[in-house]
Amino acid sequence: MVRTRYAPDRGLQARMGLTMFLLGLVFVAFVVALVFILAAFKVGAGAIIFFAVLLGGGLTFGSLFWSDKIALRASGAQEVTPEEAPKLHGIVDRLCALADMPKPRVAIAQADMPNAFATGRNSNNAVLCVTTGLMRRLDDKELEGVLAHEMSHVAHKDVVVMTIASFLGIVAGLLVRFAFYGELFGGGGGRGNNNNNNGGALPILLIVMLVSVVVYAISFLLIRLLSRYRELAADRAGALLTGQPSALASALTKVSGAMSAIPTKDLREAQALNAFYFAPAFKANTTTLSSVFSTHPSLERRLQQLSEISEQLGR
Amino acid sequence: MGFLDTLLGRTKPVQPNLDALFSLPTASVTLQASMGFVPTGTGSVCFRATEGRAFHDIEADVRELLSMGADAAQVEVTNDSYGFTWLVCRHSSDDMGALVTDLHAVNTSLAGGGFGPQLLCTLVGFTDPRGRKLGIVYLYKRGTFYPFAPTAAERRDNALELEARGNIGSDLPIEADLSRWFPVWGAPGL
Repeated sequence: MVRTRYAPDRGLQARMGLTMFLLGLVFVAFVVALVFILAAFKVGAGAIIFFAVLLGGGLTFGSLFWSDKIALRASGAQEVTPEEAPKLHGIVDRLCALADMPKPRVAIAQADMPNAFATGRNSNNAVLCVTTGLMRRLDDKELEGVLAHEMSHVAHKDVVVMTIASFLGIVAGLLVRFAFYGELFGGGGGRGNNNNNNGGALPILLIVMLVSVVVYAISFLLIRLLSRYRELAADRAGALLTGQPSALASALTKVSGAMSAIPTKDLREAQALNAFYFAPAFKANTTTLSSVFSTHPSLERRLQQLSEISEQLGR
Repeated sequence: MGFLDTLLGRTKPVQPNLDALFSLPTASVTLQASMGFVPTGTGSVCFRATEGRAFHDIEADVRELLSMGADAAQVEVTNDSYGFTWLVCRHSSDDMGALVTDLHAVNTSLAGGGFGPQLLCTLVGFTDPRGRKLGIVYLYKRGTFYPFAPTAAERRDNALELEARGNIGSDLPIEADLSRWFPVWGAPGL
């Protein structure tokens, strides 16, 4: 009985593992398809693919390496010292000591939208950020629950995992774009000099584009699915860390309620950061289609998991 | 955390290290001899209570356990503003051994009930004739100690803390990472 109190959720881990396996599978299939296409036509869209991988890799690495600076800049958050925000630092201090983690930097964003995010490529470069709107709406216990959720993201290295996972989507997206512009402008200067090559170049680009579109679509869905699983895992770890799943549940309901009341105009700028946020910043929709595209699990799903944990802790 | 833990997004709850507490009486003698700090006789265990009945039952058992026996300690429970619970034990100032035994009883009860991951820290208070206060804080998850010397208005006397570190460094495992010497303002027993 005592042993099962902090038991891991094997089902969630299995689903997460399967999702990542499928992503890897799509990646391998993508590479094989490209090689096959190139070999079949014996000509070069090689340069385009090379540049897409290079640029995609560069973008992925850059967004990973500078994730803390990019996120802070994009959200307009300022790092705060313990003197400026004693309560916030006190909560983070205690959570770090409970979880045996190095202390992340703490930042506050001046925004009325109640939200929080954690970013940084590893736990030594991590930044925890909360908005003033979040601190105003939540009491200390709820704030602690949200911070524990964010610190679980840091512990799980979710920024690294999700950035690497989206590498495939980025490359596929770039290929579509390159191939599209190649179609548009490729017919210009080069055609006269190199006639036999151009005979093959057009269908190749078309096929590469089609394959990329398919890969992009599949990887997009898988990444969103993975993101929802990582959110559930962070909820779980955060709730077990504080031992107060109900406080996190109460914070979620408060934040979600306040979320949908905010006009969409403010939210448009927030969408880029959405994957790292505590709760998605745009209106929750209850149809199944939007739940497939969503970065976060539905409120009901999260509350259900938290009440299971609460029951587990009380045993 | 291993690679697989990262991949599957899981954290194992950190279990506390309980035995290092018993080196406190030696350190207490050293503090008295080299710096003139004597124990106040007060010590406390800080933990995060979980919701649900199981934890409350164990907490009640612990209180009952401590208030029994011949040299019964005065036990007091306080909740701080961060939602953490402090179980404070008071003994006479020369009986460091009994105090540590009591504190250890609290830890083992919580850990034995399966709530080891909820333990945060233990604090033992010292004071010197000039009225300066010094707490030795034990971090359960790290298994290390650090000194904490609050002065008025949420400031800490870093010079005193570093001096204490130099003196008790050979008696206790001191936390090497200074960023983990987090302040426990208003901790009961200081």
